[in-house]
Amino acid sequence: MTVALIGYILILLALCIGFCTIGRGSRGTRYAVLGSVAGAIGLGGLFVAAGSGPQSPRLHDAGLALFAVGVLANFYLLKRYFDEVEGDRHVSALRRRAAGRATKNMVALAIILVGAGTVGFHFLSPWWWTPIASNWGYVDDTIIVTFWITGVVFVAIVLFMAYCVFRYWHRDDRRAAYEPENKKLEWWLTGLTAVGVAGMLTPGLFVWNQFVTVPEDATEVEVLARQWEFAFRLPGKDGVLGTSDARNITPENPFGLNRSDPRGHDDVLIEGAELHLPINKPVKVLLRSIDVLHNFYVPEFRAKMDMVPGMITYYWFTPTRTGTFDALCFELCGIGHYAMRVKVVVEDDGKYQAWLTQQPTFARMLAQAAE
Amino acid sequence: MAYFIPTAPEDVPPAELGEVELYHAHSWITRWVFCQDAKVIAIQYSLTALAIGMVALVLSWLMRLQLGFPEAFDFIDAQAYYQFITMHGMIMVIYLLTALFLGGFGNYLIPLMVGARDMVFPYVNMLSYWIYLLAVLVLVSSFFVPGGPTGAGWTLYPPQAILSGTPGGAEWGIIIMLASLALFIIGFTMGGLNYVVTVLQARTRGMTLMRMPLTVWGIFVATILALLAFPALFVAAVMMGFDKLLGTSFFMPAIVEMGAQLKYGGGSPILFQHLFWFFGHPEVYIVALPAFGIVSDLISVHARRNIFGYRMMVWAIVIIGGLSFIVWAHHMYVSGMHPYFGFFFATTTLIIAVPTALKVYNWVLTLWRGNIHLTVPMLFAIGFIITFVNGGITGLFLGNAVVDVPLSDTMFVVAHFHMVMGVAPILVIMGAIYHWFPLMTGRMYDDRLGKVHFWITFLGAYAIFLPLHYLGLLGVPRRYFEMGETSFIPPSAATLNEFVTVMALIVGFSQLVFIFNLVWSTFWGKAAERNPWKATTLEWQTPEMPPGHGNFGDRLPIVYRWAYAYGIPGAPQDYLPQNVPPDLARVDELPEEEKRHKAAAGGHA
Repeated sequence: MTVALIGYILILLALCIGFCTIGRGSRGTRYAVLGSVAGAIGLGGLFVAAGSGPQSPRLHDAGLALFAVGVLANFYLLKRYFDEVEGDRHVSALRRRAAGRATKNMVALAIILVGAGTVGFHFLSPWWWTPIASNWGYVDDTIIVTFWITGVVFVAIVLFMAYCVFRYWHRDDRRAAYEPENKKLEWWLTGLTAVGVAGMLTPGLFVWNQFVTVPEDATEVEVLARQWEFAFRLPGKDGVLGTSDARNITPENPFGLNRSDPRGHDDVLIEGAELHLPINKPVKVLLRSIDVLHNFYVPEFRAKMDMVPGMITYYWFTPTRTGTFDALCFELCGIGHYAMRVKVVVEDDGKYQAWLTQQPTFARMLAQAAE
Repeated sequence: MAYFIPTAPEDVPPAELGEVELYHAHSWITRWVFCQDAKVIAIQYSLTALAIGMVALVLSWLMRLQLGFPEAFDFIDAQAYYQFITMHGMIMVIYLLTALFLGGFGNYLIPLMVGARDMVFPYVNMLSYWIYLLAVLVLVSSFFVPGGPTGAGWTLYPPQAILSGTPGGAEWGIIIMLASLALFIIGFTMGGLNYVVTVLQARTRGMTLMRMPLTVWGIFVATILALLAFPALFVAAVMMGFDKLLGTSFFMPAIVEMGAQLKYGGGSPILFQHLFWFFGHPEVYIVALPAFGIVSDLISVHARRNIFGYRMMVWAIVIIGGLSFIVWAHHMYVSGMHPYFGFFFATTTLIIAVPTALKVYNWVLTLWRGNIHLTVPMLFAIGFIITFVNGGITGLFLGNAVVDVPLSDTMFVVAHFHMVMGVAPILVIMGAIYHWFPLMTGRMYDDRLGKVHFWITFLGAYAIFLPLHYLGLLGVPRRYFEMGETSFIPPSAATLNEFVTVMALIVGFSQLVFIFNLVWSTFWGKAAERNPWKATTLEWQTPEMPPGHGNFGDRLPIVYRWAYAYGIPGAPQDYLPQNVPPDLARVDELPEEEKRHKAAAGGHA
């Protein structure tokens, strides 16, 4: 695979020389042939090196050396060819001027194409956010506002720069305008930028205020993270989660609940299984970790927060769409980080209650351990 | 008096101090190896930084191969992958970008541009380089110790950085990383004090602060930031080292690792993040400000036009530098810190966009009504503006607390910071190397190879990082060894990853063109004419090229005007070097507007 890729690059380079030289008479053909030969030698060396295996390190090194020779030869040919073409140009200042003008037009065009390509990619590419499944539509709206404001500025700057290259390209008989500063223009630009920034910041702060203000009626759900899995704890009949401490953790008490706290005995504990949530009910997700930093994120819910050992963090959201979603760890937590994931099922209240009654409580787990 | 009005020769202040005898080398070793000449130290810094940067480039290929073609390479397992990303990030940010901009360009350009014979403390300057080299070697050694280098991510967040679930966490890797960082900071502090004192104390007669080229302003302010920010990283590294080696609990709460209770308790992981980002955010500007300064000079010289709004450019650099110390927690919106911090840090972060945007406008307005030469450095400057604007505006997404919530720790972040502090500053570095190559070697680089290099690098790098934003929007997390199966990522994302990987290999490979060009031209390039770009700044006015020991021969230059006297109407050439006296220039250097203003005020101002 590596060989194929690097070989591909090498062939590109050889082709580059070829294209540069086609249609420029016998000298061009000569360079094209030489460049291809050098490229082929380099590629051959690379294949030798890749195919040599661990038993023959000398063959491996020889192959690599041949590869390096091929590459360097290609560079050298490219340079020689450029030198000779440059030599031709000295024939006529007029022709040099015309070539320069063509270059300038190409550069301006390239700048426009980069801008157009960016905008085109934004609107035409198939990669976009996943359909939302929570109440945080305002977050998406803020992103859209930001895309529009910044996009307009980006396009304006890129196009203006292309215009400058096109219009103010070097001429011997002209001088640049001498204008150390233009306070009026600068203040105008400052003002307009400040307005644009305020246009993004205001909705941003407004929505952030909602994000950090948990509604009174939100039910609490605890997500416990450890390397490299998630577990869940739901309040039992009393509707309150019992207190916990990492110091209490033992094999039969994996959540570290305080046995003396009666509120914890009816807590529902879910390990190695998916989390279910009722639709359209606000949830306050309490986040705990017992070893390193983690993060519990479902892309469709648009809300995330790190889990930090030694403290309890939180966020809230309201699921608005039924279905099964992937929750992933979004904070590097060691070698198994990429495999740390779990599923979250959003369903209507009837199904949720049916599921909930089947889950074990802390009291039952303690009883089982005692047996 | 306005900064662009030249001083009459009789108004130039007298020298406050006599010349200090320079240190002179007596042997080959003290001339080229243990050398105290800032120019040689600059080259040593640059070559070391570029060499270790090549290692980081290869690491990026390896990680891209894994992302583009998962399961195709046996030697890249999860442990190796996390080690690759960690070392790639750390090397690029600290050992390449910081060292090259400050140690490389700072050393070379500060004394030459302000009209000094050398740095103020040459011996400390030399020590600075050797300690930097030691830091690099210590860093490299971690590839060869048991367990390999640390794989904690370049942010080194505890607790995982020093626990066994992370590569190098239970073995040597993390300790070596911390030791190397501490060495780097010690070495940098020695150099940094030099840069600041040289700018403040060793400027030649007439070189007021408001006449300094923006390159010097950028490096100067960045160095001050670094001197204030690096200590935070230093103490964080020491404290984490204590946690690891002595069992203290600065950053370590009660932890149950794989079922076992550890002896830590009471520490705060978030404290480390505050310390890290109190360094880490100014670090972004430690890299960006020199790039801002250098690119201003590249644009001005090659567009033959005075930099537009010099005074505002200087103030923008200073304001950005100041603000950069009160925005750090925008890296921590979802870290679990108190949520109300979000209001403050989102506001300060978006405010910083205003001076930054002004700098962009002024670069573009410098091109406007200019006389643009599309030389290789100019092309790189144009590439910088596009990538910087692109990367800057995605910063407005991530800085706005609530928008950061879905985007943080996704590929969007990776794309953002690579565009804004990876590609953009590196384009400036390349442009600057081409620009000052004739000065450093006395020879010209090959123009055509330079253009080939530019187009592949610029278009290729843009094609790498633009699509990654959209993968992040989709929800693709960063720092994932393998994406595996999920319900929200379509198979087309894998195809896009393959494309990005191929582009990364092409761009990386094209850097060989750059290296070939530099090496070839250093030895066999065409001899460069004096001041080939017709620049006004002092480094091009030295009696020898490349400048010799002591930089300016018998007499230090005297500065009569600002660094941007391009295109003055009526002048014999389209530029007036800073050290040409106004009576020799024989031209009225006041801009039209100023003259009208004077006339209206009734004659002499």
